[in-house]
Amino acid sequence: MTKEELIIKLQVIVKPYIQDEEAFKNLTEETDFINDLKINSANLVDVVLDVEDEFNIEIDNDSMEKMLSVKAAIEIIEKKLSA
Amino acid sequence: MLLKKLIKLKNRVVITGLGVVAPNGVGLKAFTKAIKDGTSGITFHQELKDKGFSCCIGGIPEVTEEKKLEYLTPLQLRGFNSTSILYGCMAGMDAWKDAGFSVDENSSLDYDSGLIFGTGTSGIEKFRESIYKIDDQKVRRLGSTSVVQTMASGISAYLGGILGFGNQVTTNSSACTTGTEALLLGFERIKTGKAKRMLVGSSSDSSLYTWGGFDAMRVMSYKHNETPEKGSRPMSESASGFVPGSGAGALVLESLESALERNATIYAEVLGGNINSGGQRNGGTLTAPNAEAVQKCIVDALLDSEIAAIEIDAINGHLTATSKDALEIENWTKALQRKGTDFPYINSLKSMVGHCLAAAGAIESVASVLQIKEQFVFPNINCEDLHPEISELIDAQNIPTEIIEKDIRIVAKASFGFGDVNACVIFKKYIQ
Repeated sequence: MTKEELIIKLQVIVKPYIQDEEAFKNLTEETDFINDLKINSANLVDVVLDVEDEFNIEIDNDSMEKMLSVKAAIEIIEKKLSA
Repeated sequence: MLLKKLIKLKNRVVITGLGVVAPNGVGLKAFTKAIKDGTSGITFHQELKDKGFSCCIGGIPEVTEEKKLEYLTPLQLRGFNSTSILYGCMAGMDAWKDAGFSVDENSSLDYDSGLIFGTGTSGIEKFRESIYKIDDQKVRRLGSTSVVQTMASGISAYLGGILGFGNQVTTNSSACTTGTEALLLGFERIKTGKAKRMLVGSSSDSSLYTWGGFDAMRVMSYKHNETPEKGSRPMSESASGFVPGSGAGALVLESLESALERNATIYAEVLGGNINSGGQRNGGTLTAPNAEAVQKCIVDALLDSEIAAIEIDAINGHLTATSKDALEIENWTKALQRKGTDFPYINSLKSMVGHCLAAAGAIESVASVLQIKEQFVFPNINCEDLHPEISELIDAQNIPTEIIEKDIRIVAKASFGFGDVNACVIFKKYIQ
Protein backbone atom coordinates (compact mmCIF):
# COMPACT_ATOMS: atom_id res chain seq x y z
CA MET A 1 0.00 0.00 0.00
CA THR A 2 1.42 3.38 -0.98
CA LYS A 3 1.63 6.30 1.40
CA GLU A 4 -1.05 8.12 -0.62
CA GLU A 5 -3.41 5.18 -0.29
CA LEU A 6 -2.77 5.08 3.44
CA ILE A 7 -3.54 8.78 3.77
CA ILE A 8 -6.83 8.33 1.92
CA LYS A 9 -7.83 5.48 4.24
CA LEU A 10 -6.81 7.51 7.27
CA GLN A 11 -8.90 10.44 6.06
CA VAL A 12 -12.00 8.25 6.01
CA ILE A 13 -11.21 7.02 9.51
CA VAL A 14 -10.72 10.42 11.15
CA LYS A 15 -13.59 12.15 9.34
CA PRO A 16 -16.27 11.48 12.00
CA TYR A 17 -14.09 12.94 14.75
CA ILE A 18 -12.70 16.11 13.17
CA GLN A 19 -13.98 19.51 14.22
CA ASP A 20 -12.10 21.67 11.73
CA GLU A 21 -13.39 21.14 8.20
CA GLU A 22 -10.84 23.46 6.63
CA ALA A 23 -7.86 21.64 8.12
CA PHE A 24 -9.45 18.34 7.10
CA LYS A 25 -9.81 19.45 3.47
CA ASN A 26 -6.15 20.44 3.39
CA LEU A 27 -4.96 17.32 5.18
CA THR A 28 -1.29 16.46 4.56
CA GLU A 29 1.26 14.23 6.19
CA GLU A 30 2.10 17.11 8.55
CA THR A 31 -1.47 17.49 9.87
CA ASP A 32 -1.79 17.15 13.64
CA PHE A 33 -4.90 15.37 14.99
CA ILE A 34 -5.52 17.61 17.98
CA ASN A 35 -4.01 20.97 17.00
CA ASP A 36 -5.12 21.02 13.36
CA LEU A 37 -8.14 18.74 13.07
CA LYS A 38 -9.33 19.69 16.59
CA ILE A 39 -10.17 16.10 17.41
CA ASN A 40 -11.29 15.79 21.03
CA SER A 41 -8.40 14.09 22.85
CA ALA A 42 -10.82 11.50 24.30
CA ASN A 43 -11.67 10.45 20.74
CA LEU A 44 -8.07 9.55 19.92
CA VAL A 45 -8.65 6.09 21.41
CA ASP A 46 -11.58 5.69 19.03
CA VAL A 47 -9.41 6.66 16.08
CA VAL A 48 -6.90 4.01 17.13
CA LEU A 49 -9.61 1.35 17.43
CA ASP A 50 -10.93 2.26 13.97
CA VAL A 51 -7.39 2.03 12.55
CA GLU A 52 -7.02 -1.42 14.12
CA ASP A 53 -10.26 -2.56 12.52
CA GLU A 54 -9.43 -1.13 9.09
CA PHE A 55 -5.94 -2.58 8.83
CA ASN A 56 -6.48 -5.65 10.98
CA ILE A 57 -3.57 -4.80 13.24
CA GLU A 58 -3.15 -4.27 16.95
CA ILE A 59 -1.63 -1.04 18.20
CA ASP A 60 0.21 -1.31 21.52
CA ASN A 61 0.02 1.33 24.25
CA ASP A 62 3.37 2.90 23.40
CA SER A 63 2.48 3.35 19.73
CA MET A 64 -0.95 4.62 20.72
CA GLU A 65 0.56 7.48 22.71
CA LYS A 66 2.63 8.51 19.70
CA MET A 67 -0.24 8.47 17.22
CA LEU A 68 -0.95 12.20 17.31
CA SER A 69 -0.46 13.14 13.65
CA VAL A 70 -0.99 11.79 10.17
CA LYS A 71 2.73 11.20 9.82
CA ALA A 72 3.05 9.28 13.08
CA ALA A 73 -0.06 7.24 12.29
CA ILE A 74 1.30 6.25 8.88
CA GLU A 75 4.67 5.24 10.33
CA ILE A 76 2.98 3.09 12.95
CA ILE A 77 0.57 1.48 10.49
CA GLU A 78 3.39 0.73 8.00
CA LYS A 79 5.50 -0.78 10.74
CA LYS A 80 2.68 -3.00 12.00
CA LEU A 81 1.73 -4.07 8.47
CA SER A 82 5.28 -5.10 7.65
CA ALA A 83 5.76 -6.92 10.97
CA MET B 1 -43.22 39.85 58.10
CA LEU B 2 -43.26 42.33 55.26
CA LEU B 3 -39.64 41.52 54.49
CA LYS B 4 -40.47 37.81 54.45
CA LYS B 5 -43.29 38.49 52.03
CA LEU B 6 -41.03 40.55 49.81
CA ILE B 7 -38.43 37.79 49.68
CA LYS B 8 -41.12 35.30 48.79
CA LEU B 9 -42.45 37.51 46.05
CA LYS B 10 -39.00 37.90 44.63
CA ASN B 11 -38.34 34.22 44.43
CA ARG B 12 -41.57 32.86 43.04
CA VAL B 13 -40.85 29.99 40.68
CA VAL B 14 -42.67 29.42 37.43
CA ILE B 15 -42.52 26.88 34.61
CA THR B 16 -41.58 28.36 31.25
CA GLY B 17 -40.74 25.35 29.12
CA LEU B 18 -41.75 21.71 28.69
CA GLY B 19 -40.33 18.75 26.81
CA VAL B 20 -41.45 15.14 26.71
CA VAL B 21 -40.59 11.81 25.11
CA ALA B 22 -43.36 9.42 26.10
CA PRO B 23 -44.60 6.04 24.85
CA ASN B 24 -47.84 7.66 23.64
CA GLY B 25 -46.32 10.81 22.19
CA VAL B 26 -42.90 12.20 21.35
CA GLY B 27 -42.85 15.98 21.59
CA LEU B 28 -45.24 18.27 23.43
CA LYS B 29 -47.85 18.51 20.67
CA ALA B 30 -48.23 14.77 20.11
CA PHE B 31 -48.18 14.08 23.85
CA THR B 32 -50.83 16.71 24.63
CA LYS B 33 -53.13 15.26 22.01
CA ALA B 34 -52.51 11.72 23.25
CA ILE B 35 -53.34 12.46 26.88
CA LYS B 36 -56.45 14.42 25.91
CA ASP B 37 -57.64 11.56 23.72
CA GLY B 38 -56.71 8.84 26.21
CA THR B 39 -54.34 7.15 23.76
CA SER B 40 -52.39 4.18 25.03
CA GLY B 41 -48.71 3.85 24.18
CA ILE B 42 -48.45 0.26 25.39
CA THR B 43 -47.49 -2.37 22.82
CA PHE B 44 -46.43 -6.00 22.67
CA HIS B 45 -42.69 -6.68 22.47
CA GLN B 46 -41.52 -9.97 20.99
CA GLU B 47 -38.11 -9.43 22.57
CA LEU B 48 -39.64 -9.72 26.05
CA LYS B 49 -41.45 -12.90 25.06
CA ASP B 50 -38.29 -14.39 23.56
CA LYS B 51 -36.41 -13.80 26.81
CA GLY B 52 -39.12 -15.52 28.84
CA PHE B 53 -40.71 -12.49 30.50
CA SER B 54 -44.13 -13.05 32.06
CA CYS B 55 -45.07 -9.51 31.07
CA CYS B 56 -44.44 -9.07 27.34
CA ILE B 57 -45.91 -5.58 26.97
CA GLY B 58 -44.39 -2.19 27.63
CA GLY B 59 -44.27 1.47 26.74
CA ILE B 60 -41.46 2.51 24.39
CA PRO B 61 -41.37 5.95 22.71
CA GLU B 62 -41.07 5.89 18.92
CA VAL B 63 -37.84 7.60 17.87
CA THR B 64 -36.54 7.19 14.32
CA GLU B 65 -32.88 7.46 13.32
CA GLU B 66 -33.66 10.75 11.53
CA LYS B 67 -35.24 12.09 14.71
CA LYS B 68 -32.10 11.25 16.72
CA LEU B 69 -30.04 13.33 14.30
CA GLU B 70 -32.20 16.36 15.09
CA TYR B 71 -30.76 16.26 18.60
CA LEU B 72 -27.37 14.55 18.55
CA THR B 73 -24.50 14.80 16.07
CA PRO B 74 -23.25 11.79 14.08
CA LEU B 75 -20.18 11.86 16.32
CA GLN B 76 -22.29 11.82 19.50
CA LEU B 77 -24.28 8.93 18.04
CA ARG B 78 -21.13 6.90 17.25
CA GLY B 79 -21.10 3.86 19.53
CA PHE B 80 -24.11 5.40 21.29
CA ASN B 81 -26.32 2.88 23.07
CA SER B 82 -28.24 4.63 25.82
CA THR B 83 -31.93 5.34 25.38
CA SER B 84 -32.18 7.10 28.75
CA ILE B 85 -29.57 9.66 27.66
CA LEU B 86 -31.19 9.98 24.22
CA TYR B 87 -34.68 10.61 25.65
CA GLY B 88 -33.30 12.95 28.31
CA CYS B 89 -31.41 15.01 25.72
CA MET B 90 -34.47 15.21 23.49
CA ALA B 91 -36.84 16.26 26.28
CA GLY B 92 -34.30 18.62 27.83
CA MET B 93 -33.41 20.36 24.56
CA ASP B 94 -37.08 20.62 23.60
CA ALA B 95 -37.96 22.17 26.97
CA TRP B 96 -35.12 24.67 26.71
CA LYS B 97 -36.21 25.71 23.22
CA ASP B 98 -39.85 25.78 24.31
CA ALA B 99 -38.82 28.28 27.01
CA GLY B 100 -37.56 30.57 24.25
CA PHE B 101 -33.85 29.82 24.38
CA SER B 102 -31.68 28.58 21.54
CA VAL B 103 -29.65 25.39 21.55
CA ASP B 104 -26.29 26.42 20.18
CA GLU B 105 -22.98 24.69 20.80
CA ASN B 106 -21.25 28.05 20.65
CA SER B 107 -23.54 29.78 23.14
CA SER B 108 -21.80 31.66 25.92
CA LEU B 109 -21.53 29.96 29.30
CA ASP B 110 -24.60 30.69 31.41
CA TYR B 111 -23.82 30.72 35.14
CA ASP B 112 -27.45 31.48 36.02
CA SER B 113 -28.80 28.24 34.52
CA GLY B 114 -28.31 24.74 35.85
CA LEU B 115 -29.92 21.35 35.62
CA ILE B 116 -30.97 18.45 37.80
CA PHE B 117 -31.85 15.48 35.64
CA GLY B 118 -32.46 12.16 37.30
CA THR B 119 -32.34 8.55 36.26
CA GLY B 120 -32.39 5.09 37.83
CA THR B 121 -29.56 3.50 35.91
CA SER B 122 -27.91 5.09 32.91
CA GLY B 123 -27.36 3.42 29.57
CA ILE B 124 -28.00 -0.11 30.76
CA GLU B 125 -27.60 -1.51 27.22
CA LYS B 126 -24.18 0.19 26.92
CA PHE B 127 -23.28 -1.21 30.31
CA ARG B 128 -24.17 -4.71 29.13
CA GLU B 129 -22.13 -4.21 25.94
CA SER B 130 -19.14 -3.06 28.02
CA ILE B 131 -19.37 -5.94 30.47
CA TYR B 132 -19.35 -8.46 27.62
CA LYS B 133 -16.23 -6.85 26.15
CA ILE B 134 -14.43 -6.86 29.48
CA ASP B 135 -15.33 -10.50 30.13
CA ASP B 136 -14.03 -11.26 26.65
CA GLN B 137 -10.70 -9.65 27.64
CA LYS B 138 -11.31 -6.74 25.28
CA VAL B 139 -11.34 -3.91 27.78
CA ARG B 140 -9.28 -1.74 25.39
CA ARG B 141 -12.08 -2.06 22.83
CA LEU B 142 -14.56 -0.13 25.02
CA GLY B 143 -13.71 3.13 23.26
CA SER B 144 -14.06 6.58 24.73
CA THR B 145 -17.78 6.78 25.49
CA SER B 146 -18.43 3.79 27.73
CA VAL B 147 -17.90 5.86 30.88
CA VAL B 148 -20.02 8.87 29.95
CA GLN B 149 -22.89 6.70 28.79
CA THR B 150 -22.95 4.46 31.85
CA MET B 151 -22.14 6.88 34.68
CA ALA B 152 -25.29 7.78 36.59
CA SER B 153 -24.79 11.45 35.73
CA GLY B 154 -24.38 10.71 32.02
CA ILE B 155 -27.62 12.48 31.18
CA SER B 156 -26.75 15.67 33.06
CA ALA B 157 -23.24 15.59 31.56
CA TYR B 158 -24.59 15.38 28.00
CA LEU B 159 -27.26 18.06 28.53
CA GLY B 160 -24.97 20.38 30.48
CA GLY B 161 -22.56 20.49 27.57
CA ILE B 162 -25.16 20.78 24.85
CA LEU B 163 -26.80 23.73 26.61
CA GLY B 164 -23.67 25.35 28.10
CA PHE B 165 -24.93 25.63 31.68
CA GLY B 166 -22.65 27.05 34.34
CA ASN B 167 -24.78 26.60 37.44
CA GLN B 168 -25.21 23.24 39.21
CA VAL B 169 -25.32 20.33 36.76
CA THR B 170 -26.20 17.06 38.46
CA THR B 171 -28.23 13.87 38.51
CA ASN B 172 -30.49 12.67 41.30
CA SER B 173 -31.80 9.16 41.85
CA SER B 174 -34.64 8.06 44.11
CA ALA B 175 -36.35 5.23 42.22
CA CYS B 176 -39.83 6.13 40.99
CA THR B 177 -39.76 9.43 42.89
CA THR B 178 -36.77 10.66 40.87
CA GLY B 179 -38.51 13.05 38.47
CA THR B 180 -40.68 14.76 41.07
CA GLU B 181 -37.69 15.00 43.38
CA ALA B 182 -35.58 16.60 40.62
CA LEU B 183 -38.30 19.19 40.11
CA LEU B 184 -38.42 20.08 43.81
CA LEU B 185 -34.63 20.22 44.10
CA GLY B 186 -34.48 22.66 41.18
CA PHE B 187 -37.37 24.64 42.68
CA GLU B 188 -35.47 25.03 45.96
CA ARG B 189 -32.34 26.15 44.17
CA ILE B 190 -34.21 29.00 42.48
CA LYS B 191 -36.19 29.78 45.63
CA THR B 192 -32.98 30.25 47.60
CA GLY B 193 -31.59 32.51 44.90
CA LYS B 194 -28.76 30.19 43.85
CA ALA B 195 -29.96 29.95 40.24
CA LYS B 196 -32.30 31.85 37.94
CA ARG B 197 -33.22 28.87 35.82
CA MET B 198 -33.10 25.14 36.42
CA LEU B 199 -33.86 22.53 33.78
CA VAL B 200 -35.31 19.60 35.72
CA GLY B 201 -36.52 16.19 34.68
CA SER B 202 -35.74 12.52 34.53
CA SER B 203 -35.37 9.66 32.09
CA SER B 204 -35.44 5.88 31.99
CA ASP B 205 -34.10 3.34 29.49
CA SER B 206 -36.29 1.24 27.21
CA SER B 207 -34.63 -2.01 28.12
CA LEU B 208 -35.51 -5.50 29.21
CA TYR B 209 -32.47 -5.28 31.48
CA THR B 210 -34.14 -2.43 33.38
CA TRP B 211 -37.46 -4.23 33.47
CA GLY B 212 -36.33 -7.81 34.20
CA GLY B 213 -36.00 -7.43 37.95
CA PHE B 214 -39.58 -6.19 38.26
CA ASP B 215 -40.80 -9.14 36.20
CA ALA B 216 -38.96 -11.42 38.64
CA MET B 217 -40.70 -9.67 41.58
CA ARG B 218 -44.03 -10.52 39.95
CA VAL B 219 -45.16 -6.91 40.18
CA MET B 220 -45.69 -6.51 36.42
CA SER B 221 -48.93 -7.42 34.71
CA TYR B 222 -48.80 -10.70 32.77
CA LYS B 223 -52.50 -10.97 31.96
CA HIS B 224 -52.69 -8.66 28.99
CA ASN B 225 -50.04 -9.89 26.58
CA GLU B 226 -52.78 -10.31 23.96
CA THR B 227 -54.39 -6.94 24.74
CA PRO B 228 -51.49 -4.54 25.45
CA GLU B 229 -53.57 -1.35 25.47
CA LYS B 230 -55.77 -2.79 28.21
CA GLY B 231 -52.77 -3.87 30.30
CA SER B 232 -52.12 -0.82 32.44
CA ARG B 233 -55.15 -0.57 34.74
CA PRO B 234 -54.61 1.81 37.67
CA MET B 235 -57.52 1.88 40.14
CA SER B 236 -59.22 -1.00 38.36
CA GLU B 237 -60.52 -4.09 40.14
CA SER B 238 -58.82 -6.20 37.47
CA ALA B 239 -55.46 -4.44 37.85
CA SER B 240 -52.79 -7.10 38.00
CA GLY B 241 -49.54 -5.20 38.28
CA PHE B 242 -47.82 -2.38 36.46
CA VAL B 243 -46.78 -2.27 32.83
CA PRO B 244 -43.20 -1.08 32.32
CA GLY B 245 -42.64 2.15 30.45
CA SER B 246 -39.77 4.41 29.50
CA GLY B 247 -38.99 7.89 28.19
CA ALA B 248 -38.20 11.29 29.63
CA GLY B 249 -39.84 14.49 30.76
CA ALA B 250 -38.28 17.91 31.26
CA LEU B 251 -39.40 21.26 32.66
CA VAL B 252 -37.70 24.63 32.68
CA LEU B 253 -38.14 26.24 36.09
CA GLU B 254 -37.42 29.92 36.30
CA SER B 255 -37.68 32.71 38.83
CA LEU B 256 -40.78 34.77 38.13
CA GLU B 257 -38.58 37.82 37.90
CA SER B 258 -36.45 36.30 35.14
CA ALA B 259 -39.51 34.98 33.29
CA LEU B 260 -41.22 38.39 33.34
CA GLU B 261 -38.03 40.14 32.23
CA ARG B 262 -37.85 37.85 29.20
CA ASN B 263 -41.58 38.08 28.60
CA ALA B 264 -41.64 34.27 28.62
CA THR B 265 -44.73 32.09 28.32
CA ILE B 266 -45.65 30.88 31.79
CA TYR B 267 -47.22 27.43 31.95
CA ALA B 268 -47.86 27.41 35.69
CA GLU B 269 -46.34 28.32 39.00
CA VAL B 270 -44.65 25.86 41.35
CA LEU B 271 -46.12 26.82 44.71
CA GLY B 272 -44.15 24.39 46.82
CA GLY B 273 -43.86 20.78 47.81
CA ASN B 274 -42.27 18.26 50.08
CA ILE B 275 -39.81 15.39 49.89
CA ASN B 276 -39.62 12.87 52.72
CA SER B 277 -39.07 9.22 53.60
CA GLY B 278 -41.00 6.70 55.64
CA GLY B 279 -37.72 5.33 56.93
CA GLN B 280 -38.97 1.80 56.28
CA ARG B 281 -40.78 1.98 59.61
CA ASN B 282 -44.47 1.66 60.54
CA GLY B 283 -45.29 -0.66 57.67
CA GLY B 284 -42.81 0.87 55.25
CA THR B 285 -40.23 -1.46 53.69
CA LEU B 286 -37.71 -1.29 50.88
CA THR B 287 -40.60 -1.79 48.47
CA ALA B 288 -43.73 -0.71 50.36
CA PRO B 289 -44.68 2.75 51.60
CA ASN B 290 -45.12 3.84 55.19
CA ALA B 291 -48.65 5.28 54.87
CA GLU B 292 -48.13 7.79 57.66
CA ALA B 293 -45.10 9.31 55.87
CA VAL B 294 -46.99 9.47 52.57
CA GLN B 295 -49.77 11.44 54.26
CA LYS B 296 -47.26 13.69 56.01
CA CYS B 297 -45.54 14.38 52.67
CA ILE B 298 -48.85 15.55 51.16
CA VAL B 299 -49.80 17.62 54.23
CA ASP B 300 -46.36 19.23 54.36
CA ALA B 301 -46.54 20.03 50.65
CA LEU B 302 -49.76 21.94 51.30
CA LEU B 303 -48.20 23.78 54.23
CA ASP B 304 -45.16 24.66 52.15
CA SER B 305 -47.44 25.98 49.41
CA GLU B 306 -49.63 27.85 51.89
CA ILE B 307 -52.83 26.47 50.47
CA ALA B 308 -55.75 24.60 52.00
CA ALA B 309 -56.66 21.07 50.91
CA ILE B 310 -60.02 22.31 49.64
CA GLU B 311 -58.25 24.42 47.00
CA ILE B 312 -56.93 21.38 45.13
CA ASP B 313 -58.83 20.88 41.88
CA ALA B 314 -57.06 17.79 40.63
CA ILE B 315 -54.56 15.18 41.73
CA ASN B 316 -52.16 13.38 39.47
CA GLY B 317 -51.43 10.27 41.48
CA HIS B 318 -48.60 7.78 41.52
CA LEU B 319 -51.17 4.97 41.02
CA THR B 320 -49.18 2.21 39.32
CA ALA B 321 -51.91 -0.46 38.94
CA THR B 322 -50.63 -2.72 41.69
CA SER B 323 -52.53 -3.73 44.82
CA LYS B 324 -51.29 -0.52 46.48
CA ASP B 325 -53.60 1.82 44.52
CA ALA B 326 -56.38 1.66 47.12
CA LEU B 327 -53.88 2.45 49.88
CA GLU B 328 -52.69 5.49 47.94
CA ILE B 329 -56.27 6.75 47.56
CA GLU B 330 -56.82 6.20 51.27
CA ASN B 331 -53.67 8.21 52.01
CA TRP B 332 -54.90 11.09 49.85
CA THR B 333 -58.32 11.10 51.55
CA LYS B 334 -56.70 11.19 54.99
CA ALA B 335 -54.08 13.79 54.11
CA LEU B 336 -56.60 16.11 52.45
CA GLN B 337 -59.50 15.27 54.76
CA ARG B 338 -61.64 15.02 51.65
CA LYS B 339 -63.54 11.97 50.43
CA GLY B 340 -66.61 10.84 48.52
CA THR B 341 -67.97 13.53 46.20
CA ASP B 342 -65.81 16.13 47.99
CA PHE B 343 -62.62 14.53 46.66
CA PRO B 344 -60.74 16.33 43.83
CA TYR B 345 -60.47 14.85 40.36
CA ILE B 346 -57.74 12.21 40.26
CA ASN B 347 -55.98 10.57 37.34
CA SER B 348 -53.05 8.32 36.56
CA LEU B 349 -50.99 8.83 33.43
CA LYS B 350 -49.71 5.29 33.87
CA SER B 351 -52.97 4.00 32.41
CA MET B 352 -51.69 5.29 29.04
CA VAL B 353 -47.89 5.06 29.21
CA GLY B 354 -47.26 2.41 31.85
CA HIS B 355 -44.90 2.98 34.73
CA CYS B 356 -41.95 4.89 33.31
CA LEU B 357 -40.02 4.20 36.55
CA ALA B 358 -37.35 6.87 37.10
CA ALA B 359 -38.90 8.96 34.30
CA ALA B 360 -42.45 8.69 35.69
CA GLY B 361 -42.36 11.76 37.95
CA ALA B 362 -41.10 14.03 35.19
CA ILE B 363 -43.39 12.81 32.39
CA GLU B 364 -46.36 12.95 34.77
CA SER B 365 -45.42 16.43 35.95
CA VAL B 366 -45.40 17.59 32.33
CA ALA B 367 -48.92 16.12 31.97
CA SER B 368 -50.03 17.81 35.21
CA VAL B 369 -48.76 21.20 34.09
CA LEU B 370 -50.42 20.84 30.67
CA GLN B 371 -53.72 20.35 32.47
CA ILE B 372 -53.32 23.74 34.09
CA LYS B 373 -52.10 25.52 30.97
CA GLU B 374 -54.83 24.12 28.73
CA GLN B 375 -57.52 23.81 31.42
CA PHE B 376 -58.51 20.15 31.31
CA VAL B 377 -58.30 16.92 33.26
CA PHE B 378 -57.07 14.05 31.12
CA PRO B 379 -59.06 10.81 31.22
CA ASN B 380 -58.09 7.61 32.99
CA ILE B 381 -58.30 4.61 30.71
CA ASN B 382 -58.86 0.99 31.73
CA CYS B 383 -60.63 1.65 35.03
CA GLU B 384 -64.22 1.09 33.92
CA ASP B 385 -64.29 -1.60 36.62
CA LEU B 386 -63.28 0.63 39.51
CA HIS B 387 -61.82 -1.23 42.48
CA PRO B 388 -64.52 -1.45 45.19
CA GLU B 389 -62.03 -0.43 47.89
CA ILE B 390 -61.50 2.78 45.92
CA SER B 391 -65.17 3.51 45.15
CA GLU B 392 -65.86 3.16 48.87
CA LEU B 393 -63.47 6.04 49.51
CA ILE B 394 -64.12 8.44 46.66
CA ASP B 395 -66.92 9.04 44.22
CA ALA B 396 -66.53 7.55 40.75
CA GLN B 397 -67.29 10.93 39.14
CA ASN B 398 -63.96 12.17 40.47
CA ILE B 399 -62.09 9.55 38.49
CA PRO B 400 -62.79 10.80 34.96
CA THR B 401 -62.83 8.33 32.09
CA GLU B 402 -63.48 11.09 29.58
CA ILE B 403 -61.63 14.39 29.27
CA ILE B 404 -63.05 17.13 31.48
CA GLU B 405 -62.62 20.69 30.31
CA LYS B 406 -62.86 23.21 33.09
CA ASP B 407 -60.97 25.79 35.10
CA ILE B 408 -58.14 23.97 36.83
CA ARG B 409 -56.28 26.19 39.26
CA ILE B 410 -54.34 23.86 41.52
CA VAL B 411 -52.96 20.39 40.79
CA ALA B 412 -51.16 18.20 43.32
CA LYS B 413 -48.73 15.67 41.91
CA ALA B 414 -47.09 12.95 43.98
CA SER B 415 -44.60 10.17 43.33
CA PHE B 416 -43.53 7.35 45.63
CA GLY B 417 -40.54 5.09 45.22
CA PHE B 418 -38.66 2.01 46.39
CA GLY B 419 -36.67 2.84 49.48
CA ASP B 420 -39.86 4.26 51.03
CA VAL B 421 -39.32 7.71 49.55
CA ASN B 422 -42.01 10.28 48.72
CA ALA B 423 -42.35 13.57 46.89
CA CYS B 424 -45.34 15.84 46.38
CA VAL B 425 -45.44 19.05 44.39
CA ILE B 426 -48.18 21.67 44.07
CA PHE B 427 -48.71 23.45 40.74
CA LYS B 428 -50.90 26.52 40.36
CA LYS B 429 -52.28 28.38 37.41
CA TYR B 430 -50.27 31.56 36.95
CA ILE B 431 -52.34 34.67 37.33
CA GLN B 432 -50.66 38.03 36.82
